[in-house]
Amino acid sequence: MATQHSRSVARLMMAPAVVLLLGWMLVPLTMTLYFSFKKYLPLRGGDLGWVGFDNYIRFVSSSSFWPAVQATLVIVGGVLVITVVLGILLAMLLDQPMWGQGVVRILVIAPFFVMPTVSALVWKNMFMDPVNGLLAHLWRFFGAEPISWLSEASMTSIIMIVSWQWLPFATLILLTAIQSLDSEQLEAAEMDGAPVLKRFYHIILPHLSRAITIVILIQTIFLLSIFAEIFVTTGGAFGTRTLTYLIFQRVLESQNVGLGSAGGVYAIILANIVAIFLMRIVGKNLDA
Amino acid sequence: MGRIQLKSVTKSFGDVQVIPPLDLTIEDGEFTVFVGPSGCGKSTLLRLIAGLEDITSGSIDIDGADATDVPPAKRGLAMVFQSYALYPHMTVRKNIAFPLRMAKLDQAEIDKRVEGAASVLNLTDYLDRRPGQLSGGQRQRVAIGRAIVREPAAFLFDEPLSNLDAALRVGMRLEISELHERLATTMIYVTHDQVEAMTMADKIVVLQAGVIEQVGSPLELYRTPRNLFVAGFIGSPKMNFIEGEEAAKYGAQTIGIRPEHITVSDTEGDWSGVVSVSEHLGSDTFFHVHETGLADTITVRADGEVGFRHGDRVHLTPRADVIHRFDAKGLRIG
Repeated sequence: MATQHSRSVARLMMAPAVVLLLGWMLVPLTMTLYFSFKKYLPLRGGDLGWVGFDNYIRFVSSSSFWPAVQATLVIVGGVLVITVVLGILLAMLLDQPMWGQGVVRILVIAPFFVMPTVSALVWKNMFMDPVNGLLAHLWRFFGAEPISWLSEASMTSIIMIVSWQWLPFATLILLTAIQSLDSEQLEAAEMDGAPVLKRFYHIILPHLSRAITIVILIQTIFLLSIFAEIFVTTGGAFGTRTLTYLIFQRVLESQNVGLGSAGGVYAIILANIVAIFLMRIVGKNLDA
Repeated sequence: MGRIQLKSVTKSFGDVQVIPPLDLTIEDGEFTVFVGPSGCGKSTLLRLIAGLEDITSGSIDIDGADATDVPPAKRGLAMVFQSYALYPHMTVRKNIAFPLRMAKLDQAEIDKRVEGAASVLNLTDYLDRRPGQLSGGQRQRVAIGRAIVREPAAFLFDEPLSNLDAALRVGMRLEISELHERLATTMIYVTHDQVEAMTMADKIVVLQAGVIEQVGSPLELYRTPRNLFVAGFIGSPKMNFIEGEEAAKYGAQTIGIRPEHITVSDTEGDWSGVVSVSEHLGSDTFFHVHETGLADTITVRADGEVGFRHGDRVHLTPRADVIHRFDAKGLRIG
């Protein structure tokens, strides 16, 4: 489609961006790989030489590894279920013509613009505080004993906070998908005798399937690395230590850079597996 | 059975009344075509009959029973949409079977009916494909298949051929006419193409701005258009309208003469003018004649072998027995 000349110009134009991105990625990646094969304890002797795959074995065989994997899966799974289900419902609601549509849509997207640290702090202090939180007031209003959310229902709390942040993203993607549905298809299904729920199940849901897959994969990549929400709320206590948080603790709290780097390499592999699926699906979407 | 009766039906969107009170009866087994320029309310009328839009006032009877408040699925009508509205994630088989599955028929019956419809429509080889893998004409047939398996009281077609190319359109037109002969079910067909209307219809309903201008068989409309609008809309090329002195000779405000009812000669005739464009179709030739002193352009249809060119002076003679006369309000005289 393009001439030889315009192709080489295009390559030249893109080169600075590609070089910058590549450097940005390669330097930390190489350093992580380098440290992961070393025994490196900055406060206890520094670089103590090469240790082969010791760090990798120690990271996996540690007693906190499997609970961390479990916590990660519960958070990622919980947030995905909540955001996808509520996202579909909200998207269908926002698709209806109504007064003030533009404003409502911006309001729905708003949580996505709040920094994770800030939103976690807002939730922690404004809603979930067992004494002054709004939820505590609500509980007391109905005569119930307020829950100290972050210690008694720590996992639920974190899932709630993260879902609140990611719901706008899911809603937005699903809303654009719903808007591309041909209304004649729904009318045809109506004429064919499909009641509302069957129209949803047979027409709308299949139409959304690709958008749902994309939401799930993109969110998975980002949810695997949530950190701020845990750091400012539970600090990894009460069973909320995820893989990411475990790596952080190994590097900064135990001051064991080698061990943490090995964990980091595991995380890179995991994220890339998800990314490969994502690229294939998004790529297929672009072809069609 | 499929007798549909509209009784003083109106439809308003907000303050805008798109269909003023309208009465119409469509007899059982009739092929009725709603035709009119775009925005004349013909699709809206079809959607009112289908139940996809609520009527503002009046009533709709189907087979003698009031269907005004009956939901679309229960009216026993099947619709073929302009965009075909096939379900893209289902195979052709599942598309056609969808209404039957919704009606909870048993699988053996569904298979039998789907196979039946597929063989009628030459779709047997495509049953396991998806709509995206089919051509426009095949998609159209799937949409029709989905309608016929339901064995509806009437079929509603909303400009079904407008997305097809010209050659395919002629073919599908024939197929739909044949289908009507075979099924003998009531069909209501919306189009803006008067050729489709003329060739397919038992009864044509000409609409303009939501108002029925005339109802009749294709030849009735062709021979005795009730007013200027119908006269100009039915027939191709369009009827020539002449006003002024020439019309007064016939005791009318406007006279209309169809291009095929004018003979053209290079020696003698009632009117004369200069050929501006001649369109040679092989079988026919259309001349657009200017400078007649009667109207901007007079269109004449002549035999394909008549060979006048741009700039030639020609003489025209209308056939006196087929001159249409209209009064000051545009209504037909006599």
